[in-house]
Amino acid sequence: MSRPRPFAITLDVGSSLANRTGDWRTERPVYVRRMPPCNHGCPAREDIQGWLYEAEAGGEGYERAWRLLVADNPFPAIMGCVCYHPCESACNRVQIDEAVGINAVERFLGDEGIRHGWELPQPQPASGRRVLIVGAGPSGLSAAYHLALRGHHVTLCEQAGKPGGMMRYGIPAYRLPRDVLDAEIERILALGVELRCEQRVSDLQEAMREGGYDAAFLALGAHVARHTEIPGGTAAHVINALDLLQDVEAGARPQLGRVVVYGGGDTALDAARTARRLSPQEPVVVYRRTRERMPAHPEELRQAQEEGIAFRWLSTIAAAEGGHLRLEAMELDGDGFPQPTGRYEELDADALVLAIGQDADLALLSGVPGVEVQDHVVKVDEWMMTGAPGVFAGGDMVPAERNVAVAIGHGAAAARCIDGWLRGIEPRAEQEAQLATFEHINPWYYTDAPRTVRPLLADVRRQSTFEEVVKGLDESSALFEARRCLSCGNCFSCDNCFGVCPDNAVLKPGPDGEPYAFDLDYCKGCGMCVTECPCGAIEMVPEEI
Amino acid sequence: MSRPPEQRERFYQTGTLAVGGRLLAEEQRTVQAGESRANAITKGHRACQGCGEALGARYVLDAAMRATGGQVIAANATGCLEVFSTPYPESSWRLPWIHSLFGNAPAVASGVAAALRAKGRASEVRVVGQGGDGGTVDIGMACLSGMFERGDDVLYVCYDNQAYMNTGVQRSAATPPAARTATTEPLGGHPGNELGQGKSAPLIAMAHEIPYVATATVAELRDLEAKVIRAMSFRGPRYLHVLVPCPLGWGSDPAQTIRIARLAKETGLFPVFEALHGRLAAVSQIRRKLPVEEYLRPQRRYAHLFADGGRPDLVAALQAQADRNVQRFGLLAEAEPREGDLLHVLADGERGP
Ligand SMILES: Cc1cc2nc3c(=O)[nH]c(=O)nc-3n(C[C@H](O)[C@H](O)[C@H](O)COP(=O)(O)OP(=O)(O)OC[C@H]3O[C@@H](n4cnc5c(N)ncnc54)[C@H](O)[C@@H]3O)c2cc1C
Ligand SMILES: Cc1ncc(C[n+]2csc(CCOP(=O)(O)OP(=O)(O)O)c2C)c(N)n1
Ligand code: SF4
Ligand code: SF4
Ligand SMILES: [Mg+2]
Repeated sequence: MSRPRPFAITLDVGSSLANRTGDWRTERPVYVRRMPPCNHGCPAREDIQGWLYEAEAGGEGYERAWRLLVADNPFPAIMGCVCYHPCESACNRVQIDEAVGINAVERFLGDEGIRHGWELPQPQPASGRRVLIVGAGPSGLSAAYHLALRGHHVTLCEQAGKPGGMMRYGIPAYRLPRDVLDAEIERILALGVELRCEQRVSDLQEAMREGGYDAAFLALGAHVARHTEIPGGTAAHVINALDLLQDVEAGARPQLGRVVVYGGGDTALDAARTARRLSPQEPVVVYRRTRERMPAHPEELRQAQEEGIAFRWLSTIAAAEGGHLRLEAMELDGDGFPQPTGRYEELDADALVLAIGQDADLALLSGVPGVEVQDHVVKVDEWMMTGAPGVFAGGDMVPAERNVAVAIGHGAAAARCIDGWLRGIEPRAEQEAQLATFEHINPWYYTDAPRTVRPLLADVRRQSTFEEVVKGLDESSALFEARRCLSCGNCFSCDNCFGVCPDNAVLKPGPDGEPYAFDLDYCKGCGMCVTECPCGAIEMVPEEI
Repeated sequence: MSRPPEQRERFYQTGTLAVGGRLLAEEQRTVQAGESRANAITKGHRACQGCGEALGARYVLDAAMRATGGQVIAANATGCLEVFSTPYPESSWRLPWIHSLFGNAPAVASGVAAALRAKGRASEVRVVGQGGDGGTVDIGMACLSGMFERGDDVLYVCYDNQAYMNTGVQRSAATPPAARTATTEPLGGHPGNELGQGKSAPLIAMAHEIPYVATATVAELRDLEAKVIRAMSFRGPRYLHVLVPCPLGWGSDPAQTIRIARLAKETGLFPVFEALHGRLAAVSQIRRKLPVEEYLRPQRRYAHLFADGGRPDLVAALQAQADRNVQRFGLLAEAEPREGDLLHVLADGERGP
């Protein structure tokens, strides 16, 4: 029966571990991975936060960072030169001091990759499937890379003499050094991608039938320069911006005299800046809207102005006659459209360069059933497939922003979908993680960058987007810059949760850098770890009671 | 008058403000970052969710354990810290620990130190006395002053949650002006504590000209640990006053405990400083000065300052107190600290932290 209970003070001391305070809890903390805004803003879908995390370690971390980066985008050094880095515009760090110099770090990693000869991952075993890619611009090359990795045989047909598309025949060498371009393309070809240059595909159906291809990816770009009728234009020396850029790329150094460039996009600015390098006279860019409405990137505009290029905003060219242009002043109407005013002025010009847009040449698609073309671009669904089954498309020839990162993203997305298509897998939308906004950050823990380092960075950043003198970040600046990352929404092993729990309920089960865990037997659910996590990697969720 | 050099690492991601980090060398991390920390008070204790006192006690004692190679005996006053850690027969303590009465913890600590001396073990085993603000600033003050005056080799730590929490939030001499407690409510024109009352235990400790006096909060772990470790490098009486928010008594969100402690310092209401032999020696400067409202609003004990038109006069008085602290202790980089003699600080009037 019941033994007499001992008098209280004769009990041995026990540990409070016997008291499982976890059952007080109404909410539990969980580690989450939120979507960092930089990743969200990257059209090539890079895991920027992820590779910055690796780079932060320095030393061998650079190679790990590079590997993570090229898993999504095989062109880190190229991106470091030409990308408009929407990631930086989205970066949460802006709200503390200034955005992380993601693009400059990417350039550094890209250069390291070339310098050390790091190799891309090895392709999976051959699938026996054949894919035709038309166009060896960034989009086609990106798709070729991702398809080759998945074990598919890729034939890349390119009408020009060399691969690269607009990266070679559009973007001038002072912004993208050709040795960088060649090195990063070479690495993809080394995976066994079959490149056929000077091979124009003029009939898609025939090409697919002849080559026995299972699917096709079209990445033709937009190369047909738009034209505009200018009275008397035939008498004057009128050239196309793209032709000018291509000729210069091929080694020509035409003597143009006083150059007027007509247009307001990046092509116009590159044409003007190229003309600036060809002739001592300062080129003039004529654009029919205002500076604010110019589609060119502000950074490029700034550099063009620094180089002494002049601008005539709100002007159209009404007529051209030997040595003169007649400009008409414009006014924006209520909807922001330029309207003629009837006021004219004269401008001296020996050559008129037209840069008023490009369209895709879609001749090869004639007769392909199902393909829909609207406004000179080809419609694709969310899986990058055109209306014709098995025919995918991306880059400048589909409706989207036209830049290298978008083209690369399209190539990668198309490769994923083509792979699924070839394997007969139903495509499914990936569930996107919640965005890590600045509200998820505890800014207390991030210190301002010391003032001594900032001007240096500003300089280097400027150089890295203006590559006349090619210069990336040096190692210590790159490391500094990588370490400025807040690691938005993703644990970076700062030990805060482990330190701040009043109940010792956070565990470090593995070595440094491995995830932490909650000891739910004792966690009371106060949520202090959530508040004090610098980067927003913990969330409280209700317990089921 | 600057912080110790361990706060100046070349690690820009989080400075050294975070607890640890994979990129820091072992010696650059806090004691709390290490898996080998003593966990002098372990889990299973019955402190409320988000209790600042439980956290502060672990921070302090783990650092003391690190500094002494684990040779610490603790004497604890009655109060939450004692009650939630030792409901008989369970104990959360993983170091020799003794509890006697509410008001005599400094005397018990002195006695333990004397015993160690008698046994010839005083050089290796060190003593920490600890208690709440009630146990220290009110009922324990006489024992504490005696411990200081006799020069006993004890580090005494006050965990200041600004009221008698264990018995249901009654006012203490450390309850700040305008804060509501169960015993201030029935008095005066507002439910909060009278203005112009109370006392500063750190300044009283400084008046004893003991080797080391410091204040700290649970929001700045590195600062707190550095102070404990520094305190353990001295012999004789030492005093550490740690601000530990109490979600229950302050009416604050348990998840915000550390943030509120941080705001107490960043508004200037709680000056964080160090004094050697009665002289102010260093202050922790405010990083971004904030208006006191930021600190007051998240706490229900100050709700009457903002409800129904509020009491802007009282808020202004608290702001004036914070501004005065900034001046007096030199809490902002540009403010010239009043370095020097304790008398100088005391002559300046009223209460400090
Ligand atoms: C002057 C200029 C400067 C630019 N600067 C930048 C910049 O700084 N940053 C940036 O991000 N973007 C920039 N862009 C935009 C960027 O270059 C393009 O968005 C990008 O190259 C598009 O990639 P794509 O693969 O879709 O097409 P493209 O790069 O145009 O490549 C298409 C390829 O397909 C080939 N092709 C076409 N039709 C056929 C056919 N029938 N058979 C075989 N091959 C064919 C073409 O020869 C070409 O090589 C610039 C563009 C120009 C014109
Ligand atoms: C002589 C005596 N008076 C009253 C009490 C009741 N009592 C126990 S704890 C406590 C308040 C403790 O307040 P404080 O020291 O601030 O510690 P806290 O609980 O706030 O941490 C009181 C009044 C007692 N134990 N002994
Ligand atoms: S701080 Fe880092 S993770 Fe956050 S947006 Fe910027 S680069 Fe991305
Ligand atoms: S009442 Fe306050 S001091 Fe006491 S255990 Fe709860 S939170 Fe901690
Ligand atoms: Mg108290």
